[in-house]
Amino acid sequence: MKVGLFIPCYVEQFYPKAAIASLQVLEKAGVQVEYPLEQTCCGQPMANSGYQQYGEGAAQLFRKNFEAYDYVVCPSGSCTLHAKEHILSDNGEGPKIYELCEFLTDVLQVKSLDASFPFRVGLHASCHGLRGLHLAKPSELMIPEFNKPLGLLEMVKDIDLVQLTRKDECCGFGGTFAVFEEAVSVDMGRDRIKDHEQQGVQVITGADMSCLMHLEGLLRREKKPIRVMHIAEILNGHTPEN
Amino acid sequence: MKLPQTHADAAAEFLKDTDRSHWHDDTLWHVRSKRDASAQKIPEWEQLRTLASQIKDHVLSNLDNLLLQFEKNAQANGIEVLWAKDAQEHNEHVLRILEENQVKQLVKSKSILTEECGLNHFLEDKGYDVVDTDLGERIIQFNKQVPSHIVMPAIHLKKKEIGDIFHEHLGTEAGADDPQYLTEAARQHLRQKFIQAHAAITGVNFGIAETGGFVVCTNEGNADMGTHLADIHIACMGIEKLIPRAADLGVFLRLLARSATGQSITNYNSHFHRPRKDKKMYLILVDNGRTKQLGREDFRNSLKCIRCGACMNTCPIYRRSSGFSYNSTVPGPIGSILSPGMDLKKHSTLPFASTLCGSCSDVCPVKINIHEQLYKWRQVITKEGPSQPSKKWAMRFGGKVMSKPKLFDLMGRMARKSLSISPRGFVYNSFNAWGKHRELPEVPKESFKDWYKKNRNK
Repeated sequence: MKVGLFIPCYVEQFYPKAAIASLQVLEKAGVQVEYPLEQTCCGQPMANSGYQQYGEGAAQLFRKNFEAYDYVVCPSGSCTLHAKEHILSDNGEGPKIYELCEFLTDVLQVKSLDASFPFRVGLHASCHGLRGLHLAKPSELMIPEFNKPLGLLEMVKDIDLVQLTRKDECCGFGGTFAVFEEAVSVDMGRDRIKDHEQQGVQVITGADMSCLMHLEGLLRREKKPIRVMHIAEILNGHTPEN
Repeated sequence: MKLPQTHADAAAEFLKDTDRSHWHDDTLWHVRSKRDASAQKIPEWEQLRTLASQIKDHVLSNLDNLLLQFEKNAQANGIEVLWAKDAQEHNEHVLRILEENQVKQLVKSKSILTEECGLNHFLEDKGYDVVDTDLGERIIQFNKQVPSHIVMPAIHLKKKEIGDIFHEHLGTEAGADDPQYLTEAARQHLRQKFIQAHAAITGVNFGIAETGGFVVCTNEGNADMGTHLADIHIACMGIEKLIPRAADLGVFLRLLARSATGQSITNYNSHFHRPRKDKKMYLILVDNGRTKQLGREDFRNSLKCIRCGACMNTCPIYRRSSGFSYNSTVPGPIGSILSPGMDLKKHSTLPFASTLCGSCSDVCPVKINIHEQLYKWRQVITKEGPSQPSKKWAMRFGGKVMSKPKLFDLMGRMARKSLSISPRGFVYNSFNAWGKHRELPEVPKESFKDWYKKNRNK
């Protein structure tokens, strides 16, 4: 099994801890992972802004970087979905892309984790992973319950997971939406934070660093004590301090 | 007040009144929650959605023949069928019917199609007093507004404001805001209008090709009150509102009521097949851009919409910006994929008023892939819509950087470096929309690639 790790551009630059944790979680599960050094971005920022053609260069680079792999694993539901829908072929040829939690659950079928996290944690369900990749049952659909990221977090010792009032409402990041619809974006983010605050959450986690970057931006500006951590960091046994 | 140009500007304006915007969000979220509870009780809910979507696929693929079948059967029932290629023709048909039958007073039950066609203004200009009989619509008619929601047209108003409007127009006590008292006042007022009306205009929720009949759904029974008392019934129907058979109706009625308000059934599902003895029934079939939309492969299934409003109730942006921010007859997610097809320039910001969270598509009872169509409209708008040179340049530049790994590494290093050495006021300047209310991420000492080279790739 040849596995290539795709790290989203902004994670590579600004959140290396999330990327390192993703790599290490996979290594601990016995997977040989390679990180192709020529990678940049999936091109989603351009495409979601209506300029899919300007993301084509990034998409071609993506295909070239990962053509020799059986699997591409990515610690972001959003980038995974974009690559799945717009970059990789869906005719069964070439590499298959998985979001990290999905890969751990469905392909590796991880049953236990060597991690402890003695904190009160709120799981933010990022939309593209949730409704695009079906990492969990969206609240809109009347289908049996399942939740892959939550299933993994439940394997972490001492973790205290909360129930949110609106368990899968969007945080308002939305890529360039965060800038072009700044007022709504900020309002949505504040509402999400309030939900976590009301449950006494110490750490907000999720499978998409972009949503967490948006929430963290608000938390830090408003000097709130809640921390954000990518789910890979918790699964890899990190604590908020290190 | 002049409406602001972009959705973002209008939304920012609405959000300034935080009490109201939170109240608006909570109110609509409550409706979404009622929908969830109601749908939960139907074990075959997802099957129903699939079935409804497939029936509508069939309708859209066979619209020409089904419409002719519908027309033939309706005519055989004694309904006069008229065709309108656009809003103007629709309005002129209505006017001609009113003139031919010397109608003086008319009532109208809720019809988003007549809103789309601007019928009220058209008739008012000709000297008619059009009385909307849906309570919400009557309220906004008094208030000289348009609906802010297609199912709950006055959802943007609070009880107190409605009390003030009724005090002014119906003479209720000043300051009175008891819902029962206000409803009773509206009831007495509307009774008079029903009794006096010579003609009743209604919309159509479902036209049934097989029978030539149609169904109008209201919770207040106002369509029935109007049509039963008036000599003339004018039904206005968008051509996509067709279903093939009466047997298909159950699928849609079950989905519609639950999706719209969480009710298990709409209070009045009124079936009209033929005029009563010595009375007249007209049916106007309106295109107004629908066949154009049908011809757009990526957007055609937006015509499956049964106007339940569920996508508005679930949309985190609609809830926080209200219907008016969309500046189109149908607001919210479904409006944002329908309206650009009518006027690309006017509605060019609407497909961007979304995070593409996909909740609209999952809640849609006829499974319209709304968020995917928003994505596709964005691609169209950047090519055919109003030009945005700075955004285009930024995206083009971004795309260049992302296609060249060495350039990407260099730009990344420069960005991290400049963020860590620049004074705060330089970074958080007035052009930095992100930084208005949010901090940028803290700059790490190295990128992942640097770490990887040191630790794994020796």
